[in-house]
Amino acid sequence: MRAADALFKSLEVEGVDHIFGIPGGANLPTYDALVDADLRHVQARHEQAAGHAAEGYAHASGKVGVAFGTSGPGATNLVTAIADAMMDSVPTVFITGQVRTDLIGTDGFQEADIVGITMPIVKHSLLCTEPEHIPEYVHEAFHIASTGRPGPVLVDIPQDLARAEIDYQERTEPVDLSGYKPTVEGNLKQIRLAAKAMANARRPVIYSGGGVNLGDASAELRELCASDKFPVTSTLMGLGCFPADDEQWLGMLGMHGTRTANYAMDEADLIIAIGARFDDRITGKLSEFAPSAKFIHIDIDPAEISKNVPAHIPIVGDVKLVLPKLTREYQTLQTDSSRLDGWWSRIKAWQGEYPLTYEPGGPGEIKPQLMVQKLHELTGGDAIVASDVGQHQMWAAQYYGFNQPRRWINSGGLGTMGFGLPAAIGAKVARPDDQVICISGDGSLIMNIQEMATAVNEEVPVKVFLMNNGFMGMVRQWQELFWSERYSGVENGPSPDWVKLTEAFGAQGLRCEDSADLEEMIVATLDADGPALLDVRVSPRENCYPMIPAGNAARDMVG
Amino acid sequence: MASTDMVRLEDLHTGNSRLSGRKHVLSIMVENRAGVLARVAGLFSRRGFNIDTLAVGPTEDPEVSRITLTIDGAVHPIDQVTKQLHKLINVLKIRDMEPDETVAREMALFKVSAAVENRAEIVQFAEIFRAKIVDVSRRALIVEVTGSHDKIEAFESMLRPHGLLEMVRTGEVALARGGD
Repeated sequence: MRAADALFKSLEVEGVDHIFGIPGGANLPTYDALVDADLRHVQARHEQAAGHAAEGYAHASGKVGVAFGTSGPGATNLVTAIADAMMDSVPTVFITGQVRTDLIGTDGFQEADIVGITMPIVKHSLLCTEPEHIPEYVHEAFHIASTGRPGPVLVDIPQDLARAEIDYQERTEPVDLSGYKPTVEGNLKQIRLAAKAMANARRPVIYSGGGVNLGDASAELRELCASDKFPVTSTLMGLGCFPADDEQWLGMLGMHGTRTANYAMDEADLIIAIGARFDDRITGKLSEFAPSAKFIHIDIDPAEISKNVPAHIPIVGDVKLVLPKLTREYQTLQTDSSRLDGWWSRIKAWQGEYPLTYEPGGPGEIKPQLMVQKLHELTGGDAIVASDVGQHQMWAAQYYGFNQPRRWINSGGLGTMGFGLPAAIGAKVARPDDQVICISGDGSLIMNIQEMATAVNEEVPVKVFLMNNGFMGMVRQWQELFWSERYSGVENGPSPDWVKLTEAFGAQGLRCEDSADLEEMIVATLDADGPALLDVRVSPRENCYPMIPAGNAARDMVG
Repeated sequence: MASTDMVRLEDLHTGNSRLSGRKHVLSIMVENRAGVLARVAGLFSRRGFNIDTLAVGPTEDPEVSRITLTIDGAVHPIDQVTKQLHKLINVLKIRDMEPDETVAREMALFKVSAAVENRAEIVQFAEIFRAKIVDVSRRALIVEVTGSHDKIEAFESMLRPHGLLEMVRTGEVALARGGD
């Protein structure tokens, strides 16, 4: 069998039914084999977008997202998506074509050392040197991408190897790599210790992160939280792992989190970190982060434990396996919830004093926060929301109110503008029966707007809600607040006309300039046949609050 | 009664201090494949860890290579270094060698300017340090010395006043003592 055909056989064994990509010279054999393969190829318009679509697909489905690109520029275009998947631990496999083996190292046409370029931003990478390795490498790639702490794996296949004939035999035994054995169970002694510490805490906070979503442990987290009145907060990546409408929910924490969540962290005596990594957007000034707290840190990646904040009780394991054990251990202790009454009255006081709020707009003015609230309302709070990066992302995170996991898809770690639209396409391909919307900004959306062509041609009916303020809003906000209002490079001006642009792609373009029309226009966009975009003219200089200025402590929140 | 064996939060402590304050010799067994050294070296530069010495070579198993590197534990949290290394798929095993239980050796070649009047003294130093003269010319000698890092440092400081023309050091290699 030709190795390129064996590649697809192996992908089928891995359960792949969707791939995002773009062909080119070096992956011609792969695309030739694709003709006979039993899966759907979504043809993106830029490899970066193919990569983000694969990420969106992985986020929405929990499966491994797959993207194809050719050698050289095709591969380098994938780099941002690979880095993004690394930062947010998205299970993805990137398969690139490479120039023929006899050309490698000669600066051949469209040659780039993509394995070398991506070494610091992949979980692992494999350069095929023998055609027989291709199926084996595919299985290794899927195993590594999807187990332990998930992440991107690159498989680079020289063109001549993909064309070679090999003796293909379907792999039946599981992949076993001697240098890769993730710890999943969690040490029971440590789990018992954690339960006892929790039982003795007076001011505990559960700090849940993206790992809970990635580990499909939302139900397990909810059970743990239900075993007592633990206050719960989530990171940007963790939103949806705990219901935003639950009484124990404090809101998101971190730079644009709620005052309640941040103040609770600041005064906590015990913080239970679950699948979270103490990012600088969470801790603010590290030396003043949660000064009174002891830390239980549960994570599948041992290197995350005590990386930024030393853990008192480290637990290495898969949250889906560790949390039920912790809940069980905690329940046997039969604690008295009333010990948390004082803590809750303090929390309730913050909630009363500092609700998430904004000044209502003037007549006709569309406040961006209102736009998100309306989207929540009109989608029943149950849409899959893909977002770009910037102010709109923070407002979406603050005001959409996610109650379910895998509903909020964004670029948290790398902060990739241009992520939203292709990620929404990927999510919609994965979950065709769900409502998938993209909340974007005018700075971000244009960075991958060519994907409107993908949405139209591939008939992926995503709905884009553009929070158009005419600025690189978050940068403008920082220049206003921290750079003496010396605005530099942040005005986007009147171009493009988003409605005409959308129409040029063959999708429906709508515009809303008056708050009185907002609901009607949102509904019209949601109900449109096929992909559609609503250009919403929001308050141009609205700032995103509350905020912990970079390098400050939680108690120094402003706004 | 659960409360009797409760864990008091004030009794909880984090692990050992993150900086050990001493030099560490890490023995890293890796798969003998193209690009593995680049992955290890790249990890150090990406995370801002500074390698003091590095030696790579084959092991008794042709599929496995050993990277021996030394790193300053006063500057870098060794725990974090080894945990990050473990995440590399091609890294099979890492051993943070305990100084008391380790035989560590380094080899160096020194080319020393050796005029007639100081040649005897250099030969004498070489004898004391159990070094060998491996090349002799009219103006210079090459001396080979093997030993601990400290011994080589000491030998170098003895030779320097005579005019050290060139030197090369291998970086430490190490094995654990005993039969395990």
